[in-house]
Amino acid sequence: MRQFSTAALVLTGCFAVAAGQAAHAAEKTGLPQLDLTRFPPQLFWLAVTFALLYLLMSRLALPRVGDILRTREEKIAGDLNRADQLNRDADAALKGYEQALAQARAKATEIAARTRATIQAQADARQAEAEARLSAQAAEAEASIRAARDQALGQVREIATDTAAAVVARLLGAQPDGAGVDQAVAEELSRRGVK
Amino acid sequence: MAAGHNPLEQFQIKTLVPLEAGGYDISFTNSSMFMVTTVAVITLFMLLGTSKRALVPGRWQSMVEMSYEAIAGMIRDTVGSGGKKYFPFIFSLFMFVLIANLSGMVPYTFTVTSHIAVTFALAAVVFLGVTVIGFAKHGLGYLKLFAPSGVPLPVLFLLVPIEIISYLMRPISLSVRLFANMMAGHVMLKVFAGFVISLGAILVPLGIFPLAFMVALTGLEVLVAVLQAYIFSILTCIYLNDAIHLH
Repeated sequence: MRQFSTAALVLTGCFAVAAGQAAHAAEKTGLPQLDLTRFPPQLFWLAVTFALLYLLMSRLALPRVGDILRTREEKIAGDLNRADQLNRDADAALKGYEQALAQARAKATEIAARTRATIQAQADARQAEAEARLSAQAAEAEASIRAARDQALGQVREIATDTAAAVVARLLGAQPDGAGVDQAVAEELSRRGVK
Repeated sequence: MAAGHNPLEQFQIKTLVPLEAGGYDISFTNSSMFMVTTVAVITLFMLLGTSKRALVPGRWQSMVEMSYEAIAGMIRDTVGSGGKKYFPFIFSLFMFVLIANLSGMVPYTFTVTSHIAVTFALAAVVFLGVTVIGFAKHGLGYLKLFAPSGVPLPVLFLLVPIEIISYLMRPISLSVRLFANMMAGHVMLKVFAGFVISLGAILVPLGIFPLAFMVALTGLEVLVAVLQAYIFSILTCIYLNDAIHLH
């Protein structure tokens, strides 16, 4: 605090003396700025140097800086344009790719469907053929079974008649009447449902 | 008091090469030397900075481009597209005042802009140029600048003289502002530099106070140097805007 007030005191003193000094100096010699005899050389050289500066700036320096800035602006704008163009190209390529992909997928689906249909048709044909063959075989077998049965059944009567006649002959010890045996066997067979 | 301690001595114009033309003294002085230096510094700054014409600017080229764009932006904002024609002039004006102010901050240099003759000449060029542009653009209609529309007649009697006076004061306020700022700053620096010696001679630690003050003041003066260059050029833009668009 004491240092601060010392500083303040010294500086205030300085200001007071400074004002006095400046005023005193101005009084003694006059302000150099107001010395009219020194105006012409200042004005002359100001005109010369400022005109030179204006020429240098307007003809040389500023067009150059303007050129640099314009070139940069154009370059940036061009690059942005190109980036935009490339972006659009990429989008188009992506769209084309997706389209091709969709087409390929559709084609694949179609081929698969067609193949499935072909295979189905072949399988169906083969199945039908097999079924036809099997049913033919079954019919054939049935027919032969029927024939065999018919044949067997046809022989049943004969065997039954013979057997019945032999049994009767054995039991009675006499040869039975052929017609009577036939009749009895036929009755019995029809009762049992055998033709 | 020794001559070296006179705070006004730094403003003395000393003839280096005596010259005369048509009865006028056009001697090459220390002031002329710093005008030439200023122009040389600006030209080298602008041309060497852009010599590579780099697409991606380095530090130096960035500074050149920043100064270009700062002034171009200032004109665009205050004057609009009609001010483009005057860009080289306002740029030269800003750079001249800025570099003259800043180079004056280097010890032992001479501050060109601390002389009313120089600042008034610059302000007069601006004032005359703006007035000529105004009359060329609007003819006698430029006088409407002194009579804003929508003001009742009785008020005009008061307002028009005030407007005319304020218009005529423009070159004076423009030049005195710059000259007084530069001169006052340099006088202060010089006086306090004297105190560092005289107080230090009494008791060495006492000299520290004015020295510390000088350091702060130097920073302030650099700020003032930049600020005054900016003010000078933006006021030029505002006057130019009045001349081009009325208001």
